Amino acid sequence: MNWSVIFEPDTLALYGQGLLVTLQLTLYSLGLGAVLALACALALVSPRAWLRWPAQTFTYFMRGTPLLIQVYLIYYGVAQLEWVQARWDAVWPWTQFKEPFFCTLLSFSLNTAAYTAETLAGSIRETHKGEVEAARAMGMGHGMLMRRIVLPSAIRRMLPAYGNEVVMMLHSSSLASTVPALLDLTGAASRVYADFFLPFEAYLFAAAIYLCITFALIGASKLLERRFLGYLAPRKH
Amino acid sequence: MRDYYLAILNGSLLTVAVSLASLAVATLIGLLGAAAKLSGRRPLVWLATSYTTVVRGIPELLMMLLIFYGGAIGLNNLLEAFGYEEGVDLDPFIAGVLTIGFIYGAYMTETFRGAILAIPKGQMEAAWAFGMGRAQTFVRITLPQMVRYALPSFTNNWLVLIKATALVSLIGLHDMTYLAKQSSAAVREPFAFFLFTAALYLVYTSLSLWALRRLSERYSLGADKVQLL
Repeated sequence: MNWSVIFEPDTLALYGQGLLVTLQLTLYSLGLGAVLALACALALVSPRAWLRWPAQTFTYFMRGTPLLIQVYLIYYGVAQLEWVQARWDAVWPWTQFKEPFFCTLLSFSLNTAAYTAETLAGSIRETHKGEVEAARAMGMGHGMLMRRIVLPSAIRRMLPAYGNEVVMMLHSSSLASTVPALLDLTGAASRVYADFFLPFEAYLFAAAIYLCITFALIGASKLLERRFLGYLAPRKH
Repeated sequence: MRDYYLAILNGSLLTVAVSLASLAVATLIGLLGAAAKLSGRRPLVWLATSYTTVVRGIPELLMMLLIFYGGAIGLNNLLEAFGYEEGVDLDPFIAGVLTIGFIYGAYMTETFRGAILAIPKGQMEAAWAFGMGRAQTFVRITLPQMVRYALPSFTNNWLVLIKATALVSLIGLHDMTYLAKQSSAAVREPFAFFLFTAALYLVYTSLSLWALRRLSERYSLGADKVQLL
Protein backbone atom coordinates (compact mmCIF):
# COMPACT_ATOMS: atom_id res chain seq x y z
CA MET A 1 0.00 0.00 0.00
CA ASN A 2 1.26 3.40 -0.94
CA TRP A 3 -1.02 6.11 0.32
CA SER A 4 1.36 9.05 0.07
CA VAL A 5 0.61 9.53 -3.63
CA ILE A 6 -3.13 9.78 -2.93
CA PHE A 7 -2.60 12.61 -0.46
CA GLU A 8 -0.47 14.72 -2.80
CA PRO A 9 -2.18 18.06 -3.41
CA ASP A 10 -2.54 17.39 -7.15
CA THR A 11 -4.24 14.04 -6.65
CA LEU A 12 -6.54 15.43 -3.99
CA ALA A 13 -7.47 18.27 -6.34
CA LEU A 14 -8.37 15.70 -9.00
CA TYR A 15 -10.60 13.86 -6.54
CA GLY A 16 -12.15 17.16 -5.49
CA GLN A 17 -12.92 18.01 -9.10
CA GLY A 18 -14.49 14.59 -9.60
CA LEU A 19 -16.50 14.89 -6.39
CA LEU A 20 -17.90 18.20 -7.61
CA VAL A 21 -19.07 16.65 -10.89
CA THR A 22 -20.58 13.68 -9.04
CA LEU A 23 -22.48 15.95 -6.66
CA GLN A 24 -23.63 18.23 -9.47
CA LEU A 25 -24.88 15.32 -11.57
CA THR A 26 -26.66 13.74 -8.60
CA LEU A 27 -28.32 16.96 -7.45
CA TYR A 28 -29.33 18.25 -10.87
CA SER A 29 -30.71 14.94 -12.06
CA LEU A 30 -32.65 14.49 -8.82
CA GLY A 31 -34.12 17.97 -9.22
CA LEU A 32 -35.00 17.56 -12.87
CA GLY A 33 -36.13 14.00 -12.22
CA ALA A 34 -38.47 15.10 -9.42
CA VAL A 35 -40.31 17.54 -11.70
CA LEU A 36 -40.66 14.93 -14.45
CA ALA A 37 -41.66 12.30 -11.88
CA LEU A 38 -44.50 14.44 -10.55
CA ALA A 39 -45.96 14.90 -14.04
CA CYS A 40 -45.41 11.24 -14.86
CA ALA A 41 -46.97 10.02 -11.61
CA LEU A 42 -50.06 12.17 -12.16
CA ALA A 43 -50.36 10.65 -15.64
CA LEU A 44 -49.91 7.15 -14.19
CA VAL A 45 -52.85 7.54 -11.79
CA SER A 46 -54.98 9.41 -14.30
CA PRO A 47 -58.31 7.85 -15.28
CA ARG A 48 -57.62 8.86 -18.89
CA ALA A 49 -56.02 6.04 -20.86
CA TRP A 50 -54.27 8.34 -23.36
CA LEU A 51 -52.35 9.90 -20.45
CA ARG A 52 -51.71 6.64 -18.64
CA TRP A 53 -50.39 4.66 -21.57
CA PRO A 54 -47.40 6.82 -22.55
CA ALA A 55 -46.42 7.15 -18.88
CA GLN A 56 -46.61 3.38 -18.37
CA THR A 57 -44.56 2.70 -21.49
CA PHE A 58 -41.96 5.23 -20.37
CA THR A 59 -41.52 3.76 -16.88
CA TYR A 60 -41.58 0.21 -18.26
CA PHE A 61 -38.76 0.98 -20.67
CA MET A 62 -36.65 2.98 -18.21
CA ARG A 63 -37.01 0.45 -15.39
CA GLY A 64 -36.51 -2.59 -17.58
CA THR A 65 -33.23 -1.58 -19.22
CA PRO A 66 -29.81 -0.86 -17.70
CA LEU A 67 -28.89 2.74 -17.08
CA LEU A 68 -25.61 2.16 -18.93
CA ILE A 69 -27.56 1.40 -22.12
CA GLN A 70 -29.66 4.51 -21.59
CA VAL A 71 -26.55 6.65 -21.21
CA TYR A 72 -25.07 5.16 -24.39
CA LEU A 73 -28.38 5.56 -26.19
CA ILE A 74 -28.43 9.28 -25.51
CA TYR A 75 -24.71 10.05 -25.63
CA TYR A 76 -23.77 7.97 -28.69
CA GLY A 77 -27.19 7.14 -30.13
CA VAL A 78 -28.91 10.48 -30.53
CA ALA A 79 -26.00 11.78 -32.59
CA GLN A 80 -26.88 9.17 -35.22
CA LEU A 81 -30.32 10.61 -35.90
CA GLU A 82 -30.19 12.81 -38.98
CA TRP A 83 -33.07 14.84 -37.67
CA VAL A 84 -30.92 15.89 -34.70
CA GLN A 85 -27.79 16.29 -36.80
CA ALA A 86 -29.61 18.79 -38.99
CA ARG A 87 -30.36 20.94 -35.96
CA TRP A 88 -27.59 20.59 -33.44
CA ASP A 89 -25.40 23.28 -34.93
CA ALA A 90 -27.96 26.02 -34.56
CA VAL A 91 -31.33 25.25 -32.99
CA TRP A 92 -31.22 25.63 -29.21
CA PRO A 93 -32.21 22.49 -27.34
CA TRP A 94 -30.43 20.28 -29.88
CA THR A 95 -27.13 22.15 -29.61
CA GLN A 96 -26.93 20.71 -26.08
CA PHE A 97 -26.57 17.17 -27.39
CA LYS A 98 -22.95 17.97 -28.17
CA GLU A 99 -22.29 18.44 -24.46
CA PRO A 100 -21.35 15.24 -22.60
CA PHE A 101 -22.55 16.71 -19.30
CA PHE A 102 -25.98 17.46 -20.74
CA CYS A 103 -26.36 14.00 -22.30
CA THR A 104 -25.43 12.27 -19.06
CA LEU A 105 -27.66 14.55 -17.02
CA LEU A 106 -30.57 13.90 -19.37
CA SER A 107 -30.27 10.12 -19.17
CA PHE A 108 -29.87 10.19 -15.37
CA SER A 109 -32.89 12.48 -14.97
CA LEU A 110 -35.12 10.35 -17.17
CA ASN A 111 -34.01 7.24 -15.30
CA THR A 112 -34.60 8.56 -11.79
CA ALA A 113 -37.86 10.17 -12.97
CA ALA A 114 -39.22 6.77 -13.99
CA TYR A 115 -38.37 5.13 -10.66
CA THR A 116 -39.62 8.07 -8.60
CA ALA A 117 -42.83 8.29 -10.64
CA GLU A 118 -43.69 4.67 -9.91
CA THR A 119 -43.00 5.19 -6.19
CA LEU A 120 -45.10 8.35 -6.09
CA ALA A 121 -47.91 6.76 -8.10
CA GLY A 122 -47.96 3.84 -5.68
CA SER A 123 -48.09 6.23 -2.78
CA ILE A 124 -50.94 8.21 -4.38
CA ARG A 125 -52.94 5.02 -4.97
CA GLU A 126 -52.58 4.22 -1.27
CA THR A 127 -54.36 7.40 -0.24
CA HIS A 128 -57.17 6.63 2.15
CA LYS A 129 -60.55 6.60 0.45
CA GLY A 130 -62.14 8.60 3.25
CA GLU A 131 -59.76 11.53 2.73
CA VAL A 132 -60.75 11.80 -0.91
CA GLU A 133 -64.46 11.50 -0.12
CA ALA A 134 -64.20 14.15 2.57
CA ALA A 135 -62.43 16.51 0.17
CA ARG A 136 -65.08 15.93 -2.50
CA ALA A 137 -67.81 16.57 0.09
CA MET A 138 -66.13 19.89 0.88
CA GLY A 139 -66.58 20.75 -2.78
CA MET A 140 -62.96 20.51 -3.92
CA GLY A 141 -62.34 20.05 -7.63
CA HIS A 142 -59.80 17.58 -9.00
CA GLY A 143 -56.89 20.03 -9.03
CA MET A 144 -57.43 21.32 -5.53
CA LEU A 145 -58.00 17.79 -4.23
CA MET A 146 -54.63 16.72 -5.62
CA ARG A 147 -52.82 19.84 -4.45
CA ARG A 148 -54.22 20.07 -0.93
CA ILE A 149 -55.09 16.53 0.08
CA VAL A 150 -53.56 13.76 -1.99
CA LEU A 151 -50.08 15.03 -2.89
CA PRO A 152 -49.00 16.37 0.53
CA SER A 153 -49.67 13.07 2.26
CA ALA A 154 -48.54 10.91 -0.69
CA ILE A 155 -45.21 12.73 -0.92
CA ARG A 156 -44.68 12.32 2.82
CA ARG A 157 -45.39 8.63 2.64
CA MET A 158 -42.93 8.09 -0.19
CA LEU A 159 -40.05 9.69 1.76
CA PRO A 160 -38.39 6.44 2.94
CA ALA A 161 -38.45 4.97 -0.58
CA TYR A 162 -37.25 8.26 -2.03
CA GLY A 163 -34.31 8.26 0.38
CA ASN A 164 -33.24 4.96 -1.18
CA GLU A 165 -33.68 6.43 -4.64
CA VAL A 166 -31.40 9.35 -3.75
CA VAL A 167 -28.67 6.96 -2.61
CA MET A 168 -29.19 4.88 -5.78
CA MET A 169 -28.82 8.02 -7.87
CA LEU A 170 -25.55 8.90 -6.15
CA HIS A 171 -24.27 5.42 -6.95
CA SER A 172 -25.62 5.46 -10.50
CA SER A 173 -23.83 8.73 -11.13
CA SER A 174 -20.61 6.70 -11.20
CA LEU A 175 -21.68 5.62 -14.70
CA ALA A 176 -20.76 9.13 -15.81
CA SER A 177 -17.18 7.84 -15.83
CA THR A 178 -18.07 5.74 -18.89
CA VAL A 179 -18.63 8.92 -20.88
CA PRO A 180 -15.33 10.20 -22.23
CA ALA A 181 -14.58 13.83 -21.43
CA LEU A 182 -16.52 13.66 -18.17
CA LEU A 183 -14.56 13.21 -14.96
CA ASP A 184 -16.65 12.26 -11.96
CA LEU A 185 -15.39 10.75 -8.70
CA THR A 186 -15.11 7.24 -10.17
CA GLY A 187 -13.48 8.68 -13.28
CA ALA A 188 -10.98 10.54 -11.08
CA ALA A 189 -10.13 7.29 -9.31
CA SER A 190 -9.59 5.57 -12.66
CA ARG A 191 -7.33 8.43 -13.74
CA VAL A 192 -5.26 8.10 -10.56
CA TYR A 193 -5.07 4.35 -11.09
CA ALA A 194 -3.87 4.83 -14.66
CA ASP A 195 -1.32 7.47 -13.65
CA PHE A 196 0.26 5.68 -10.69
CA PHE A 197 -0.85 2.06 -11.18
CA LEU A 198 -2.25 1.90 -7.67
CA PRO A 199 -5.73 0.37 -8.13
CA PHE A 200 -6.39 -0.48 -4.48
CA GLU A 201 -5.49 2.91 -3.09
CA ALA A 202 -7.12 4.87 -5.92
CA TYR A 203 -10.48 3.08 -5.81
CA LEU A 204 -10.57 2.59 -2.04
CA PHE A 205 -10.15 6.31 -1.48
CA ALA A 206 -13.07 7.05 -3.82
CA ALA A 207 -15.10 4.30 -2.14
CA ALA A 208 -14.53 5.93 1.24
CA ILE A 209 -15.82 9.25 -0.10
CA TYR A 210 -18.92 7.60 -1.57
CA LEU A 211 -19.49 5.83 1.73
CA CYS A 212 -19.36 9.11 3.66
CA ILE A 213 -21.84 10.78 1.30
CA THR A 214 -24.12 7.75 1.50
CA PHE A 215 -24.13 7.87 5.29
CA ALA A 216 -24.83 11.61 5.24
CA LEU A 217 -27.75 11.06 2.86
CA ILE A 218 -29.17 8.24 4.98
CA GLY A 219 -28.88 10.44 8.08
CA ALA A 220 -30.60 13.32 6.33
CA SER A 221 -33.42 11.11 5.15
CA LYS A 222 -33.91 9.80 8.71
CA LEU A 223 -34.15 13.39 9.93
CA LEU A 224 -36.67 14.28 7.22
CA GLU A 225 -38.72 11.21 8.03
CA ARG A 226 -38.81 12.18 11.69
CA ARG A 227 -39.90 15.68 10.75
CA PHE A 228 -42.53 14.82 8.13
CA LEU A 229 -43.62 11.32 9.07
CA GLY A 230 -43.58 11.75 12.84
CA TYR A 231 -47.34 11.45 12.97
CA LEU A 232 -47.12 7.93 11.53
CA ALA A 233 -44.42 6.70 13.91
CA PRO A 234 -45.43 4.29 16.68
CA ARG A 235 -46.05 6.21 19.89
CA LYS A 236 -43.17 6.28 22.28
CA HIS A 237 -44.90 6.98 25.59
CA MET B 1 -25.63 -5.40 -40.97
CA ARG B 2 -27.45 -8.57 -40.01
CA ASP B 3 -24.25 -10.06 -38.66
CA TYR B 4 -23.91 -7.30 -36.08
CA TYR B 5 -27.40 -7.91 -34.77
CA LEU B 6 -26.73 -11.64 -34.66
CA ALA B 7 -23.52 -11.02 -32.73
CA ILE B 8 -25.39 -8.92 -30.16
CA LEU B 9 -28.07 -11.60 -29.92
CA ASN B 10 -25.31 -14.12 -29.36
CA GLY B 11 -23.83 -11.90 -26.65
CA SER B 12 -27.11 -12.05 -24.79
CA LEU B 13 -26.22 -15.65 -23.90
CA LEU B 14 -23.21 -14.37 -22.00
CA THR B 15 -25.42 -11.82 -20.25
CA VAL B 16 -27.74 -14.63 -19.17
CA ALA B 17 -24.77 -16.75 -18.03
CA VAL B 18 -23.23 -13.90 -16.03
CA SER B 19 -26.53 -13.02 -14.38
CA LEU B 20 -27.41 -16.61 -13.44
CA ALA B 21 -23.92 -17.34 -12.09
CA SER B 22 -23.97 -14.09 -10.10
CA LEU B 23 -27.40 -14.92 -8.75
CA ALA B 24 -26.09 -18.25 -7.48
CA VAL B 25 -23.17 -16.53 -5.75
CA ALA B 26 -25.44 -13.81 -4.34
CA THR B 27 -27.96 -16.32 -3.02
CA LEU B 28 -25.25 -18.34 -1.33
CA ILE B 29 -23.69 -15.26 0.26
CA GLY B 30 -27.15 -14.01 1.18
CA LEU B 31 -28.02 -17.21 3.03
CA LEU B 32 -24.68 -17.22 4.85
CA GLY B 33 -25.04 -13.53 5.68
CA ALA B 34 -28.56 -13.96 7.00
CA ALA B 35 -27.45 -16.94 9.07
CA ALA B 36 -24.57 -14.86 10.47
CA LYS B 37 -26.82 -11.91 11.27
CA LEU B 38 -29.35 -14.11 13.05
CA SER B 39 -26.76 -16.27 14.81
CA GLY B 40 -26.54 -13.89 17.76
CA ARG B 41 -22.76 -14.35 17.97
CA ARG B 42 -21.14 -10.95 18.29
CA PRO B 43 -18.24 -11.28 15.82
CA LEU B 44 -20.46 -12.90 13.16
CA VAL B 45 -23.18 -10.29 13.52
CA TRP B 46 -20.60 -7.51 13.40
CA LEU B 47 -18.93 -8.97 10.31
CA ALA B 48 -22.21 -9.43 8.42
CA THR B 49 -23.48 -5.99 9.40
CA SER B 50 -20.36 -4.21 8.27
CA TYR B 51 -20.42 -6.21 5.03
CA THR B 52 -23.97 -5.19 4.15
CA THR B 53 -23.43 -1.59 5.24
CA VAL B 54 -20.22 -1.03 3.31
CA VAL B 55 -21.25 -2.86 0.14
CA ARG B 56 -24.57 -1.07 -0.09
CA GLY B 57 -22.81 2.27 0.39
CA ILE B 58 -20.47 2.01 -2.60
CA PRO B 59 -21.41 2.24 -6.31
CA GLU B 60 -21.41 -1.11 -8.12
CA LEU B 61 -19.15 0.13 -10.88
CA LEU B 62 -16.51 1.29 -8.40
CA MET B 63 -16.69 -2.03 -6.59
CA MET B 64 -16.22 -3.87 -9.86
CA LEU B 65 -13.19 -1.80 -10.84
CA LEU B 66 -11.75 -2.25 -7.36
CA ILE B 67 -12.12 -6.03 -7.46
CA PHE B 68 -11.05 -6.43 -11.09
CA TYR B 69 -7.99 -4.18 -11.11
CA GLY B 70 -7.18 -4.32 -7.42
CA GLY B 71 -7.82 -8.04 -7.23
CA ALA B 72 -5.46 -8.76 -10.12
CA ILE B 73 -2.63 -6.93 -8.38
CA GLY B 74 -3.44 -8.50 -5.04
CA LEU B 75 -3.46 -11.95 -6.60
CA ASN B 76 -0.13 -11.36 -8.32
CA ASN B 77 1.47 -10.06 -5.14
CA LEU B 78 0.21 -13.12 -3.33
CA LEU B 79 1.57 -15.46 -6.00
CA GLU B 80 4.88 -13.63 -5.96
CA ALA B 81 5.07 -14.09 -2.21
CA PHE B 82 4.73 -17.82 -2.78
CA GLY B 83 7.50 -17.77 -5.35
CA TYR B 84 5.58 -17.73 -8.65
CA GLU B 85 7.23 -15.13 -10.84
CA GLU B 86 4.84 -15.22 -13.82
CA GLY B 87 1.91 -12.88 -13.46
CA VAL B 88 -1.63 -14.09 -13.98
CA ASP B 89 -4.57 -12.15 -15.37
CA LEU B 90 -7.86 -12.23 -13.56
CA ASP B 91 -10.50 -13.77 -15.81
CA PRO B 92 -13.10 -11.04 -16.44
CA PHE B 93 -15.97 -13.55 -16.32
CA ILE B 94 -14.98 -14.77 -12.87
CA ALA B 95 -14.20 -11.26 -11.65
CA GLY B 96 -17.55 -9.99 -12.96
CA VAL B 97 -19.56 -12.83 -11.48
CA LEU B 98 -17.79 -12.61 -8.12
CA THR B 99 -18.24 -8.84 -7.96
CA ILE B 100 -21.92 -8.83 -8.86
CA GLY B 101 -22.51 -11.81 -6.58
CA PHE B 102 -20.62 -10.10 -3.75
CA ILE B 103 -22.64 -6.89 -4.13
CA TYR B 104 -26.06 -8.48 -4.44
CA GLY B 105 -25.19 -10.92 -1.68
CA ALA B 106 -25.51 -7.91 0.63
CA TYR B 107 -29.01 -7.14 -0.63
CA MET B 108 -29.94 -10.82 -0.49
CA THR B 109 -28.72 -10.98 3.12
CA GLU B 110 -31.31 -8.39 4.08
CA THR B 111 -33.99 -10.14 2.02
CA PHE B 112 -33.40 -13.52 3.62
CA ARG B 113 -33.00 -12.10 7.11
CA GLY B 114 -36.37 -10.38 6.83
CA ALA B 115 -37.97 -13.51 5.41
CA ILE B 116 -36.67 -15.71 8.21
CA LEU B 117 -37.81 -13.20 10.83
CA ALA B 118 -41.29 -13.19 9.26
CA ILE B 119 -41.79 -16.87 10.09
CA PRO B 120 -43.58 -17.25 13.43
CA LYS B 121 -41.16 -18.44 16.08
CA GLY B 122 -43.53 -21.08 17.36
CA GLN B 123 -43.02 -23.12 14.20
CA MET B 124 -39.34 -23.59 14.83
CA GLU B 125 -39.98 -24.35 18.48
CA ALA B 126 -42.55 -26.94 17.42
CA ALA B 127 -40.02 -28.49 15.05
CA TRP B 128 -37.43 -28.69 17.84
CA ALA B 129 -40.05 -30.18 20.13
CA PHE B 130 -40.55 -32.92 17.53
CA GLY B 131 -36.88 -33.67 17.81
CA MET B 132 -35.76 -32.16 14.50
CA GLY B 133 -32.19 -30.95 14.40
CA ARG B 134 -31.13 -27.49 13.26
CA ALA B 135 -30.49 -28.58 9.68
CA GLN B 136 -33.70 -30.53 9.41
CA THR B 137 -35.71 -27.64 10.80
CA PHE B 138 -34.15 -25.33 8.24
CA VAL B 139 -34.82 -27.61 5.27
CA ARG B 140 -38.32 -28.72 6.25
CA ILE B 141 -39.79 -25.78 8.13
CA THR B 142 -37.89 -22.56 7.51
CA LEU B 143 -36.89 -22.84 3.86
CA PRO B 144 -40.28 -23.60 2.25
CA GLN B 145 -41.97 -20.72 4.06
CA MET B 146 -39.03 -18.39 3.74
CA VAL B 147 -39.34 -18.62 -0.05
CA ARG B 148 -42.81 -17.14 0.15
CA TYR B 149 -41.73 -14.15 2.22
CA ALA B 150 -38.47 -13.64 0.35
CA LEU B 151 -39.79 -13.82 -3.21
CA PRO B 152 -41.07 -10.23 -3.68
CA SER B 153 -37.78 -8.69 -2.54
CA PHE B 154 -35.80 -11.45 -4.28
CA THR B 155 -37.56 -10.55 -7.52
CA ASN B 156 -36.57 -6.90 -7.12
CA ASN B 157 -32.97 -7.83 -6.45
CA TRP B 158 -32.91 -10.13 -9.44
CA LEU B 159 -34.20 -7.41 -11.77
CA VAL B 160 -31.60 -4.94 -10.51
CA LEU B 161 -28.93 -7.63 -10.84
CA ILE B 162 -29.83 -8.30 -14.50
CA LYS B 163 -29.40 -4.63 -15.26
CA ALA B 164 -26.12 -4.52 -13.35
CA THR B 165 -24.66 -7.16 -15.67
CA ALA B 166 -24.32 -4.45 -18.33
CA LEU B 167 -21.38 -3.19 -16.24
CA VAL B 168 -19.26 -6.27 -17.04
CA SER B 169 -18.83 -4.79 -20.52
CA LEU B 170 -16.58 -2.21 -18.86
CA ILE B 171 -14.09 -4.82 -17.65
CA GLY B 172 -13.80 -6.31 -21.13
CA LEU B 173 -16.37 -9.09 -21.06
CA HIS B 174 -18.03 -9.51 -24.48
CA ASP B 175 -21.64 -9.31 -23.33
CA MET B 176 -24.34 -7.70 -25.43
CA THR B 177 -23.62 -4.18 -24.19
CA TYR B 178 -19.97 -4.54 -25.17
CA LEU B 179 -20.87 -5.95 -28.59
CA ALA B 180 -23.40 -3.18 -29.19
CA LYS B 181 -20.73 -0.61 -28.45
CA GLN B 182 -18.22 -2.31 -30.75
CA SER B 183 -20.81 -2.58 -33.52
CA SER B 184 -21.70 1.10 -33.18
CA ALA B 185 -18.06 2.03 -33.51
CA ALA B 186 -17.81 -0.11 -36.66
CA VAL B 187 -20.92 0.91 -38.59
CA ARG B 188 -21.88 4.19 -36.91
CA GLU B 189 -25.44 3.28 -36.13
CA PRO B 190 -25.34 3.49 -32.35
CA PHE B 191 -29.01 4.37 -31.87
CA ALA B 192 -30.25 1.23 -33.59
CA PHE B 193 -27.78 -1.07 -31.86
CA PHE B 194 -28.36 0.28 -28.36
CA LEU B 195 -32.11 0.25 -28.87
CA PHE B 196 -31.86 -3.37 -29.94
CA THR B 197 -29.82 -4.21 -26.82
CA ALA B 198 -32.32 -2.35 -24.65
CA ALA B 199 -35.13 -4.38 -26.22
CA LEU B 200 -33.29 -7.63 -25.43
CA TYR B 201 -32.90 -6.52 -21.81
CA LEU B 202 -36.62 -5.69 -21.70
CA VAL B 203 -37.45 -9.18 -22.95
CA TYR B 204 -35.16 -10.69 -20.33
CA THR B 205 -36.54 -8.66 -17.42
CA SER B 206 -40.15 -9.17 -18.53
CA LEU B 207 -39.71 -12.93 -18.85
CA SER B 208 -38.10 -13.13 -15.40
CA LEU B 209 -40.87 -11.05 -13.89
CA TRP B 210 -43.47 -13.37 -15.40
CA ALA B 211 -41.66 -16.52 -14.24
CA LEU B 212 -41.11 -15.26 -10.72
CA ARG B 213 -44.75 -14.23 -10.45
CA ARG B 214 -45.77 -17.76 -11.32
CA LEU B 215 -43.33 -19.07 -8.71
CA SER B 216 -44.68 -16.65 -6.14
CA GLU B 217 -48.23 -17.83 -6.80
CA ARG B 218 -47.05 -21.40 -6.38
CA TYR B 219 -45.43 -20.67 -3.03
CA SER B 220 -48.34 -18.58 -1.78
CA LEU B 221 -50.83 -21.41 -2.16
CA GLY B 222 -52.73 -21.70 1.06
CA ALA B 223 -51.58 -18.32 2.38
CA ASP B 224 -54.31 -16.00 3.51
CA LYS B 225 -54.89 -13.25 1.01
CA VAL B 226 -56.04 -9.90 2.32
CA GLN B 227 -58.61 -8.19 0.13
CA LEU B 228 -58.07 -4.44 0.14
CA LEU B 229 -61.03 -2.16 -0.51
